[in-house]
Amino acid sequence: MTLEVLGIYATAIFLLIGSVFVIVGVIGLLKFSDPMTRLHAPTKVGTLGIGMLLLASITHSFATGGSSIHELLIMAFLFVTAPISANFIAKANIHRGVCAPLPDLPDDGTWSTLTPVENERAPREEATEGGRA
Amino acid sequence: MGRAFRWLIPHPLLTLLLTVVWILLQNQLSAGMLVFGIILGILIPWGTSIWWPDTPKGFRAGRMVFYSVIVIWDIIIANIQVAWIVLTVPNAKLKPAWIVVPLELRQPEAITLLAGTITLTPGTVSADLSDDGHELLVHVLHTDDPDAVRDEIKTRYERRLKEIFS
Repeated sequence: MTLEVLGIYATAIFLLIGSVFVIVGVIGLLKFSDPMTRLHAPTKVGTLGIGMLLLASITHSFATGGSSIHELLIMAFLFVTAPISANFIAKANIHRGVCAPLPDLPDDGTWSTLTPVENERAPREEATEGGRA
Repeated sequence: MGRAFRWLIPHPLLTLLLTVVWILLQNQLSAGMLVFGIILGILIPWGTSIWWPDTPKGFRAGRMVFYSVIVIWDIIIANIQVAWIVLTVPNAKLKPAWIVVPLELRQPEAITLLAGTITLTPGTVSADLSDDGHELLVHVLHTDDPDAVRDEIKTRYERRLKEIFS
């Protein structure tokens, strides 16, 4: 009985922490004015917020006599995909020119997002060859 | 024997990962599910091997586990820091910055891991790679000292990744 009650309390606490982080992410999304800084709030605060909600789901299933751990998979997929979507949004911001100008490179290369389209075919093939070698 | 094993299981870690994912998807562990998971774990890498031309040499799984623990801890700390910045720092006082991280890593897998780690941890998002793949562009949410952030990325994450992919 006591273990069950403890489980329910733990579930409630995890739900509360998760909700707080999710709402902070939403506040950040609304508050920041620049598209690049706005990107930071949901990518980071979102992962822990959703993670805590999924942890609550696991503890709830164990407290009520079940056993469910496939929430771990959701967490793993979130952690793998969040950086990729953030990277795509950052690239879109760079293309639209809504961020601060990019810093120059020490050697006279360019950032790969800004590589001119007409030159794209040759250097890219070369780069992958070099990366593999 | 060794060659037969390599022909059957070209990527042992991928096979293990797929088996674990299958069991987690079923949400219960039974002998039948385990066998079916192992069959899937062998068939899927075998069928998609054309997209996995070479395995990274000298990948150290033990250090990777240690690295994951550090990253998860940093994610929790980062979340609290970013939440604090969101709630307390007004927009006018926010100091976002671009920083350029020179990379010593060369393997594409290692650079992908580093970029993912940077995006998940303290107020930083990796945005772009230079066209020769030797520099990483990182956006920082709020910092007084961009050089310190760059040095921390290099010592805390890149050094460990270099040991994992040595």
